[in-house]
Amino acid sequence: MRDALLEFSKTFLKAECSTVGKKEYEGPLSDYFDSWEKDEYFGCRSFDEAESEMSRRNINFLLSKARYSYGDIDVICGGDLLNQCVATSFAASGTGIPYFGLYGACSTIAEAFICSALFIETGGAHNAVGFASSHFCSAERQYRFPLEYGSTRTPTAQNTVTGSGAYLFTSDRCGVRVKNALIGRIIDKEITDANNMGAAMAGAAADTVLRYRAASKDEMDSFDYIITGDLGREGHEIAAELLRRQGFTAGSRFVDCGMLIYDAEKQDVHSGGSGAGCMSSVLGAYFISRMRRGEIKRILAVGTGALLNPNSVLQKKTIPAVAHAVCFERED
Amino acid sequence: MDNKQYGEYVKSREKRSPIVKNCFNAFITGGTICLAGELLAFGYESAGASAEDAPLYVLLTLILLSGVFTGIGFYDKIAKFGGGGALVPITGFANAMAASATESRTEGLVNGTAVNLYRIAGPVIVFGTSASVIYGVIYYFFGG
Amino acid sequence: MRFLRAFLIGGALCVPAQILIDKTKLMNSRILTGYVVLGVILGGAGIYGAFADFAGSGAYVPLFGFGNTLAKGVKEAIDSDGAIGILTGGLTGAAAGITAATFLSVLWSLIFKSRQK
Repeated sequence: MRDALLEFSKTFLKAECSTVGKKEYEGPLSDYFDSWEKDEYFGCRSFDEAESEMSRRNINFLLSKARYSYGDIDVICGGDLLNQCVATSFAASGTGIPYFGLYGACSTIAEAFICSALFIETGGAHNAVGFASSHFCSAERQYRFPLEYGSTRTPTAQNTVTGSGAYLFTSDRCGVRVKNALIGRIIDKEITDANNMGAAMAGAAADTVLRYRAASKDEMDSFDYIITGDLGREGHEIAAELLRRQGFTAGSRFVDCGMLIYDAEKQDVHSGGSGAGCMSSVLGAYFISRMRRGEIKRILAVGTGALLNPNSVLQKKTIPAVAHAVCFERED
Repeated sequence: MDNKQYGEYVKSREKRSPIVKNCFNAFITGGTICLAGELLAFGYESAGASAEDAPLYVLLTLILLSGVFTGIGFYDKIAKFGGGGALVPITGFANAMAASATESRTEGLVNGTAVNLYRIAGPVIVFGTSASVIYGVIYYFFGG
Repeated sequence: MRFLRAFLIGGALCVPAQILIDKTKLMNSRILTGYVVLGVILGGAGIYGAFADFAGSGAYVPLFGFGNTLAKGVKEAIDSDGAIGILTGGLTGAAAGITAATFLSVLWSLIFKSRQK
């Protein structure tokens, strides 16, 4: 049971929407995002409010794309990186939609996919929204130092993405369907360096991909892309190596949202992007949209999360990690 | 690959920071800040300050300037280039306080700014005063 | 000459911090506490004074100088007031710097706003 895939038969992805910050918009994927904001405060007083505002706008945009209103949505679930998930709660407040707050660090969006799909499969919802966000400035406050403080970072460090991605799932047959999913288990490679989260998450990503491969009876070749969330260059190369040692070589089909969102040469982002907003904004904007245009057929989205908090780092604890896999497929 | 081997593998492939270049930048940055201090000292002395008092005026001026540079978002750029060269001078200390104070303003002047003001700079004062007390005890009982 | 000395010595004193940053992943605050405590020791041992005369701001602008100020304050207070100077001397010596940095930081928080670069 625990190593079997969660098979979905009636969950479809009706629409997706991504809103990002200035730095993300200046990256190579600028043409794909639905909207962006140059003000890091999003017109609000604090960075925490800004993150909620970003998600709120993005959800409204998502619903307007699908010509839905709040009243059409049966459940909304999502998460972010702030203490007690407040950015998400404020974003969903006022919508009147039954709400579930999730936390899986940067893997949150994969949790939201699986959660939404389960609601729809069980008949608990006709329409469900899943979303996740992160904001560079609020995450820096949460995990590191004040913005204006002159601190230096190592080459393996990653840059938190300012972005929010929202996805509208429905039981009405349409363009893209959620085929199956595999819930990851916690993998702790005993990495303690919070500036190398890629290495901490690579083990979890590899574990989930290998378990998925075993459970799917080697359907791996049919994927156009196997997409990890935010391993960054460092973590992605390590994960590829771990997979290779287990006899699985994905080659150029194995990509990472954290590497795609920024231009590593021109933008000062060290190992790449990270954060709950990374996969959530890139997957829909870049991959699902190409799926809808018929350029690709099947993808495996592997959301990766490093489950640390600032105190656990100071206590010199290791960084446990988790990765959840979700398969999206175009309906023909 | 067990976790120990994994840790070694991860370490072995980590890109190293360009330490020689970083040290050079730190040297230039720290040196420039101290040079600025010396120019200020020269200025204050020319204006009539005693050689005894000038250093204090210099430090206060640097604390002021560092705060302004922090506020306009320039000090962290200096630090990005200079690393330790921007950290060690008194300006780095002032930067840590100004940055913590400014960012925490959203939680209020008392519970935000005041509570978090020493978040980064606090340990310097805690260990500095503690060390000075230990030194004082030694000096008092055993003479200097 | 005094300018060159300040530049060279001040710059050189920052290099060990950079080596620690790159080699040990030590957090900034640990490095700075190390500098201050070392400053107290050097000041207390009486080495710092002659060095500061030679290097000028190259010696007192880096955080060693802050440590030295604390040690010097304690020494002077003990000399004039006796044992109570152990407790009063350090912060008395550093009072101007700490007060200025504290007050100004409150002021900055009222004037400036954090920005992403």
